[in-house]
Amino acid sequence: MAAAGLRAMVGVKRVIDYAVKVRVKPDNSGVVTDGVKHSMNPFCEIAVEEAVRLKEKKLVSEIIAVSCGPQQCQETIRTALAMGADRGVHVEIPAKDYESLTPFQVSKILAALAKKESVNLLLLGKQAIDDDCNQTGQMTAAFLDWPQGTFASEVNLDGDWLKVEREIDGGLETVRLKLPAVVTADLRLNEPRYATLPNIMKAKKKKMEMVKPSDLGVDLTPRVKTLSVEDPPQRKAGVKVETVEDLVAKLKEIGRI
Amino acid sequence: MAALRGFLRAQRLGRRAVSSLHRFQSTLVIAEHANEALTPITLNTITAAKRLGGEVSCLVAGTNCEKVAQELSKVQGVSKVLFAQHDAYKGLLAEELTPLILETQKQFSFTHICAGATAFGKNLLPRVAAKLDVAPVSDIIEIKSPDTFVRTIYAGNALCTVKCDEKIKVLSVRGTSFEAAPVSEGSAAIEKISAPAPVGQSEWMEQKLTKSDRPELTSAKVVVSGGRGLKSGDNFKLLYDLADQLHAAVGASRAAVDAGFVPNDMQVGQTGKIVAPELYIAVGISGAIQHLAGMKDSKTIVAINKDPEAPIFQVADYGIVADLFKVVPELTAALKK
Repeated sequence: MAAAGLRAMVGVKRVIDYAVKVRVKPDNSGVVTDGVKHSMNPFCEIAVEEAVRLKEKKLVSEIIAVSCGPQQCQETIRTALAMGADRGVHVEIPAKDYESLTPFQVSKILAALAKKESVNLLLLGKQAIDDDCNQTGQMTAAFLDWPQGTFASEVNLDGDWLKVEREIDGGLETVRLKLPAVVTADLRLNEPRYATLPNIMKAKKKKMEMVKPSDLGVDLTPRVKTLSVEDPPQRKAGVKVETVEDLVAKLKEIGRI
Repeated sequence: MAALRGFLRAQRLGRRAVSSLHRFQSTLVIAEHANEALTPITLNTITAAKRLGGEVSCLVAGTNCEKVAQELSKVQGVSKVLFAQHDAYKGLLAEELTPLILETQKQFSFTHICAGATAFGKNLLPRVAAKLDVAPVSDIIEIKSPDTFVRTIYAGNALCTVKCDEKIKVLSVRGTSFEAAPVSEGSAAIEKISAPAPVGQSEWMEQKLTKSDRPELTSAKVVVSGGRGLKSGDNFKLLYDLADQLHAAVGASRAAVDAGFVPNDMQVGQTGKIVAPELYIAVGISGAIQHLAGMKDSKTIVAINKDPEAPIFQVADYGIVADLFKVVPELTAALKK
């Protein structure tokens, strides 16, 4: 398997840029997304980078970048193509369905695509920074009945197996997964490259296929409904103290030390 | 004719029994443990499970976990401890635990399955949910009713209330949002369950844990955290000394981890650990959105930073604008008195 190279698929999500302070809509139906800067989810960038590095090491033969969502997701796929992915698949989700789309439906789509494209390595970010779910990789692995290497900080090929070092609560652990497998990237896996202008130009010529969830036999009926989105409780403004003695006195006063 | 009538009656009764079963909640908590010791977040998860109403059962699976099962049987509110021991559960791989949970679910028909939202819970539960063909709900901070939950989105910058219509609710629970259930007075029965055949598509190899005598970060009452301002890993000693005086755990911002000052598992934030101690002391941390996501529910926040414009001061109850290299040793000395 390794000799011919793995066929890798990378899932990428378009999210509100990580540096933007989000605003909750006045009708509490969600957060304001119109006119707000969007970019590729940071964990997805790391997943793309890892796939490209595996290809540079000749362990991966082809990289397919996939995104599910409205028209604008194509920019996100183009970014992945500019980083080194070979071709893109855009799973078009109408705006109405996209609002209620959750990892459940995305995982079904990814699982169907992974089978259709006969890939043997699926790379995803460990979570999207908008819904903070941390579910898609695990669920896709389950739908495919593949092993999963979540929160990966190192990935090495070992014959027909994949050695994955994972970030866990007390430190790190290493697992071995039989290919085909799903890997989700943690922050420490790598440092994603910037796409250069020539590569951005080249990416425009790379192939992008349009697919509908119904083509893949995936039903978009919402399973979890959002009832409301609200601002979290605001903290009261604090005070500045001048000296360490003042600080200690204040903390003693309120019984914290 | 009489036989037919009897048959129809039995069928009706059967249906009634099923629907009344559905009215009762019953929750399975997947216990997290390591080296024969229960992970504290399991106790917070049991509290959340009790809030769902109905019976609470705990599943303990592992290679050598009889002690954990015993401990759980004494936890208040737990009515049954299901216990499965097999070598395949080494490293608690999701691929091996999922079939066991599915088997358990088939036997007991729980309405809810939950675990703490730790690396263990986050790795396992979505796989279980997918196999049950239901959408899971992650990292809940509040239970409004057995099907309505509150969770945070956008790095804690919005609270989202969701209604889950699934037949089985699969939930991960934020430990800091629920009290720990007391380990006393419980008298749950321990029931041994058989392990399905090993799957064998994954293998646990080794673990490199960060050793520390300090309290565990996510459950510590006091946390002292350092950021880029510490300038080097060696300078973190200042924070360890301060932490020792306060019996505190030591955390870090992503900048400090990325710069190699401290290991990753100390990171507090959206992508690291979520803490809510009584006292959080942020030293040399600017207070980026991603860091605040992990600590802004702390009861009291203290910021030590020389930049008066640092966003951390917007959430700090007490702030001191000064050089940390001067303030931290002074603070440590003052606490020694």
